[in-house]
Amino acid sequence: MPDSAPVQSFVEQFDALRGELPGAALPWLCDLRAAGIERFASLGLPAPGVEAWKYTRLRPLETTDFLPATAHTVNIDHLPTLLPQGGIDHRVIFVNGRLMQCLAMPGERPEGVELGGLADALRRDPEAVGEHLGRIGAPDGQALLALNTAMMRDGLMLRVKRGVSVALPIEVVYVGAAGPQPLAFHPRNLIVLEPGSRATVVEHHIGLGAGAYFANSGTEIRIGEGAELHHYKIQDEGAEAVHVATQHVHLEANALYDAFTLTTGARLSRHEVSVRLTGPGAECHLNGAYMVRGKQHCDTTTTIEHMAPRTSCREIFKGVIDEQARAVFQGRIVIHRGAQQSNGHQLSKALLLSNRAEIDTKPELEIYADDVKCSHGATVGDLDRDALFYLRARGIPEAAARAILIEAFLADTINEVAAEGLCPALMASIGHWVSSATRRAAS
Amino acid sequence: MGYMLEIKNLHASVDGKAILKGIDLTIGPGEVHAIMGPNGSGKSTLAYVLTGREGYEVTEGQVLYQGRDLLAMSPEERAGEGVFLAFQYPVEIPGVPNTTFLKEALNAQRKHRGETPLDAMEFIKLIRRTIKDLGISDELLKRPVNVGFSGGEKKRNEILQMAILKPTLAVLDETDSGLDIDALKTVADGVNALRTPERSILVITHYQRLLDYIVPDRVHVLAQGRIARSGGKELALELERTGYAAFADAAA
Amino acid sequence: MAVSIDTVRQVKEVTEQTYKYGFVTDIEADTAPKGLSEDIVRFISAKKEEPEWLLDWRLKAYRHWLNMPEPAWANVTFPPIDYQDAYYYSAPKSSDGPKSLDEVDPELLRTYEKLGIPLREQEALAGVAVDAIFDSVSVATTFKGKLEKQGVIFCSMSEAIREHPELVRKYLGSVVPARDNKHACLNSAVFTDGSFVYLPKGVRCPMELSTYFRINAANTGQFERTLIIADAGSYVSYLEGCTAPMRDEVQLHAAVVELIALDDAEIKYSTVQNWYPGDKDGKGGIYNFVTKRGACRGRNSKISWTQVETGSAITWKYPSCILQGDNSVGEFYSVAITNNMQQADTGTKMIHIGKNTRSRIVSKGISAGRAQQTYRGLVRISAKAENARNHTQCDSLLIGDRCSAHTVPYIESKNRSAIVEHEATTSKISEDQLFYCRQRGLSQEDAVALVVNGFCREVLQQLPMEFAVEAQKLVGISLEGSVG
Ligand SMILES: Nc1ncnc2c1ncn2[C@@H]1O[C@H](COP(=O)(O)OP(=O)(O)O)[C@@H](O)[C@H]1O
Ligand SMILES: [Mg+2]
Repeated sequence: MPDSAPVQSFVEQFDALRGELPGAALPWLCDLRAAGIERFASLGLPAPGVEAWKYTRLRPLETTDFLPATAHTVNIDHLPTLLPQGGIDHRVIFVNGRLMQCLAMPGERPEGVELGGLADALRRDPEAVGEHLGRIGAPDGQALLALNTAMMRDGLMLRVKRGVSVALPIEVVYVGAAGPQPLAFHPRNLIVLEPGSRATVVEHHIGLGAGAYFANSGTEIRIGEGAELHHYKIQDEGAEAVHVATQHVHLEANALYDAFTLTTGARLSRHEVSVRLTGPGAECHLNGAYMVRGKQHCDTTTTIEHMAPRTSCREIFKGVIDEQARAVFQGRIVIHRGAQQSNGHQLSKALLLSNRAEIDTKPELEIYADDVKCSHGATVGDLDRDALFYLRARGIPEAAARAILIEAFLADTINEVAAEGLCPALMASIGHWVSSATRRAAS
Repeated sequence: MGYMLEIKNLHASVDGKAILKGIDLTIGPGEVHAIMGPNGSGKSTLAYVLTGREGYEVTEGQVLYQGRDLLAMSPEERAGEGVFLAFQYPVEIPGVPNTTFLKEALNAQRKHRGETPLDAMEFIKLIRRTIKDLGISDELLKRPVNVGFSGGEKKRNEILQMAILKPTLAVLDETDSGLDIDALKTVADGVNALRTPERSILVITHYQRLLDYIVPDRVHVLAQGRIARSGGKELALELERTGYAAFADAAA
Repeated sequence: MAVSIDTVRQVKEVTEQTYKYGFVTDIEADTAPKGLSEDIVRFISAKKEEPEWLLDWRLKAYRHWLNMPEPAWANVTFPPIDYQDAYYYSAPKSSDGPKSLDEVDPELLRTYEKLGIPLREQEALAGVAVDAIFDSVSVATTFKGKLEKQGVIFCSMSEAIREHPELVRKYLGSVVPARDNKHACLNSAVFTDGSFVYLPKGVRCPMELSTYFRINAANTGQFERTLIIADAGSYVSYLEGCTAPMRDEVQLHAAVVELIALDDAEIKYSTVQNWYPGDKDGKGGIYNFVTKRGACRGRNSKISWTQVETGSAITWKYPSCILQGDNSVGEFYSVAITNNMQQADTGTKMIHIGKNTRSRIVSKGISAGRAQQTYRGLVRISAKAENARNHTQCDSLLIGDRCSAHTVPYIESKNRSAIVEHEATTSKISEDQLFYCRQRGLSQEDAVALVVNGFCREVLQQLPMEFAVEAQKLVGISLEGSVG
């Protein structure tokens, strides 16, 4: 069991802040927060004995005191965008978990789209928020989501009305601005797509400054019948950051959730997604790539539950691990009794580029229905020697050949991204990482 | 002796969709009948109804095989009684050697008929003789049933099974499609070798090419779930010239 | 080799009952008092006239066991085991240890004949030496003389402790430490007998060695311990078979098997496990909690596990390989069939430590009725295991909509030059295949047996001939009544 001091410290922070957190006057929200802190206190920080955390230990949280982040502004001019100019419909910016009203540049919004911060939404229309907040998914065993529920202040609030289609992507930038002391913040996002609606959300997590911070986000997504959400996430947090994102997605009949995650940042990260396909014909694509080096630790943990007939999922994650970094991929596909004629496919591929790098993979199938087709595959290894030799035989120096092959290995996953405007930025990010990997190897 | 097969006003549906809509067809012992018809007209459906495949629901009508109610029998009883289907799409069974499959099938049928099972030696002799006649390679016997077989090899394998099992009523579902001329001759030889006064054969095809080698006594055109026309072997030649368009229109 | 459905049918006709080994032998037994205590451990050790060091080893294990938690991670459920409600020692009386087969109780010989294992050497299967374990003790070992000529030691564990104490002391617990897990720990405290094999340098064992385990007495746990040591350059193929009578109460089988392969040695270990699985509603049956592990200590050594698991109410079993020697090879081939209310959580661990070590895992799981089955496997590549390779293929077949099949592999790699590949599939038994077989005249049950045997073929092919035929029959029998 890890030391209980850090848990105590968060509980004390909560006690000190509870009166001033958003929605303090709403009894249902106070109850939700109280239940959250209680659950967090009883669960404690995830310990190695907990199967879901077998390969990831939150050491920085055990050893560092993270103080609650206060309001903070940054200069917007320095914030990069992932989307080509003119390709942005909406841009929402959060700094240390709070919406920077002044920095948001909402463009022309079609009728029926509600976009902004959760704190605002709680002020304007608490009922509408209360209908969904804390109700999507069953986060019983997730200590950090419980902590988020207790401490949440703000985050993305997106609601798209029945039948409305938002054509251009919504870019959401989460800035972690390190201060003189380690800071913690707990963004909470709520995305509700009503039946037949459609939207694309691009999350971009970046860090400013050198210090440590703890970004502990929680995201709830509900996708109504026949609705479609494309959800892309680029995690490029600061070098000392701890990034924990816990996400629950609920899909109704014939809905589509299409997600892609690119992870390169943070000292320690955990991207945990639970998807429930609750209506017949619901479909989910969960893809991603990760590139880590130094002493980074990157954990991707996913659960996809097929709870209705004719549901399908496809999941591909690829990663490159260099130097002393460590990556974890745990992917679970569950087909519940009665979810007949469903199918699930999962693939995890990892390249180890150094003799001190490590990968731990646990792909899991849990099947309770017979009329299904499920498969998973996992490979771990170095670059294909034959391919490497082929390139060198054509005169390409080894370092360059390696870079080409690594880039091709990762780029493969980008093909899954439907928002084409995003691909160049993703490719650039991969290219940048690979070329600096080669440089570091050479020096 | 009476008829080999009597199909009376047969209606059948798949997934609630009516496919066969009143088939009448009678085949006598020793006769070879051909069924031709456009894609999707219900030819394979008829073959599956005759062999008892699950999901093919008979909603009306009757089928008598040697005077007995065929539809009341399980698929394996029908096989044991001598009804054989050469599948349009032969099924792959990984891990089960072709010879094992043949031996199990033959001995199951012999047992059904109250005969003693063949021992390994007798069986090997029988199979060696048969593959020689059919020009099938030894190597094909060792491989798992249909796994990795080319289209042509699969069809030859169906004929090999037929030659070993010696059915009384053989139904060949497009056994000719995708075959080169040599393979086509092999198939035809296999079928013709089986032609005796006690056996009947139903050949499903949509080219008349095969009928040059297996000369039918009667030809029927199946269109839109019914026998739209019947005639002698010259009907096949006529269809070759005119196509099936006339039948599609007529029924529409 | 052909799948013989005829034999399946013959077996059915002879017995009428699905589990054909469910009879009880009426034989007088020498039994320890019920329950577990230090005194029982001392009783067992005294009965077997063991040296002091072994009693100490047992007692240490027992004391540790008292405070050890039950392994809780497996995907199986059962009520807590009352360890005091069982006998820990039961031996057929008269056994002062038979000197030759002529001295073996004829009732016992008849029992093994009924099980298809004739022990009289002249009648025994040519080329297989058998050690027969009845409840707690070894009752007969065949072909000993012939093996001795080659220097091969094949005897009961009790005899090995008496006759070859230096070998036993050196290797016992060296692969599976007494404290490895609760079940292995219990075994270390109370094991009663088992088989011991030693192959001297350079000897290729002239025949298959085989142990046949039989639980007969009621309320008795079976805790056998098997130790196989293959010295440099030797080879042995070892077979293990198990059955038990049909009884309403659950019986515990907690065995430990340790294999040691030195330089260039090879051990092939095959199991056909057909303990009584309990009835259709899950009443009775054997809890099969077994720890099997092999150490490839030497360079170029090889250990291959093949298992066909069709019996037991609960199976908890992970035959593993520790690949220490450079270029050593580990293999795991498994067929597990669960029907009715059976539960199985089984798989393997391949621990790559040496350079150029290779492992291969082929697991075929079939779940029917209301059964629950899990493949659980670990492939670990340590930092020093240059050029290690693993390939894993796990396929599950579901028959009926009330059963379940789970696949839980753990893959850990710390070496960039290693290549690990894992593939798994789950699907239902194909209706098209069943119809194709039935159109050719096979009954529904025979069609299922044939298709499933095909599905398992890659594994069944690994078995020695005598076992392969038995195993194919078992596949059919185990799945009886699984399709409507
Ligand atoms: N399993 C099925 N479910 C629904 N429709 C089917 C199925 N099998 C066949 N059909 C339909 O039945 C019709 C007849 O098919 P089939 O008998 O295969 O035709 P043919 O063999 O003459 O080409 C087609 O319209 C086909 O689409
Ligand atoms: Mg057809």
